[in-house]
Amino acid sequence: MGKDFGIRMNGDVKVIELKGKITIGSGDLKMRETIHQALGDGTKKILIDMAGVSTIDSSGVGELVGCYTTATHKGAKLKLMNLPNKIQDVLTVTQLITVFDVYSSEAEAVASFG
Amino acid sequence: MTEPEQGAVVLWLSSRYENIELVQAALGHVCRLRGIDGEMEHWIGMALREAVANAIRHGNRLDPQKRVLVSFGGDGDVLELTVGDEGDGFDPGRISDPLAPENQMKTSGRGIFYIRTFMDEVSFSRGEKGGTILTMKKDLKTRIAGKGEQ
Ligand SMILES: Nc1ncnc2c1ncn2[C@@H]1O[C@H](COP(=O)(O)OP(=O)(O)O)[C@@H](O)[C@H]1O
Ligand SMILES: [Mg+2]
Repeated sequence: MGKDFGIRMNGDVKVIELKGKITIGSGDLKMRETIHQALGDGTKKILIDMAGVSTIDSSGVGELVGCYTTATHKGAKLKLMNLPNKIQDVLTVTQLITVFDVYSSEAEAVASFG
Repeated sequence: MTEPEQGAVVLWLSSRYENIELVQAALGHVCRLRGIDGEMEHWIGMALREAVANAIRHGNRLDPQKRVLVSFGGDGDVLELTVGDEGDGFDPGRISDPLAPENQMKTSGRGIFYIRTFMDEVSFSRGEKGGTILTMKKDLKTRIAGKGEQ
């Protein structure tokens, strides 16, 4: 559904720019495919830019958690940045905001990977 | 399924995820009619999406022949939404707590929690043919309960 998510490099960090709805039957699977593809390429540092996300539902949240676990198992790091307030609230009420490393600037996020 | 109350807006949908967008559009229309602002609409929409997704997936098991009923009702101060399916029903007392440490990293099990978080009153009942009817109410006088509230 819709166009693909943007992917670009910032140094050795792969930045994935999510867009639109990350919801059941549409964005949720596309997000997983995109992140798994990045992990399959051997990328160890993945930064998800959430700025363009309008809605995320429990399926999207679940996929994000699954991707985080997959990344960790592959020795990679997955971090989030630029969370719109509503997306932040959705992660906060299920106490996932403490699981993910969340940044409000790309420079800060990229530096955090070390 | 029980007949919706008179005057309510009612949708009958086949069990496809694309139809969640239709429900969302109908909610937008109802919110404009009822003077519900965009912020509140967003959180109600989130709960409604979860409810319809559950009806499609867990209730009707993605069988497009089976229908999901969504109704929008209530009076001036309360928006009442119901979502009914043609599934086998379930025991809502047995769902697990997504905040329990052992569930934190699970990839599912947060939908009903979101519904309860974003709506003021939530109840499950059995339809005449055994499916689930989820009734959700939002008090329109209170301000948004979307934030964590802690
Ligand atoms: N309409 C329904 N019909 C049958 N079972 C349901 C329905 N809604 C929810 N459930 C059950 O409740 C569980 C929890 O639902 P939910 O919190 O939305 O999490 P998830 O959908 O991710 O499993 C589901 O896994 C399912 O077993
Ligand atoms: Mg669900």
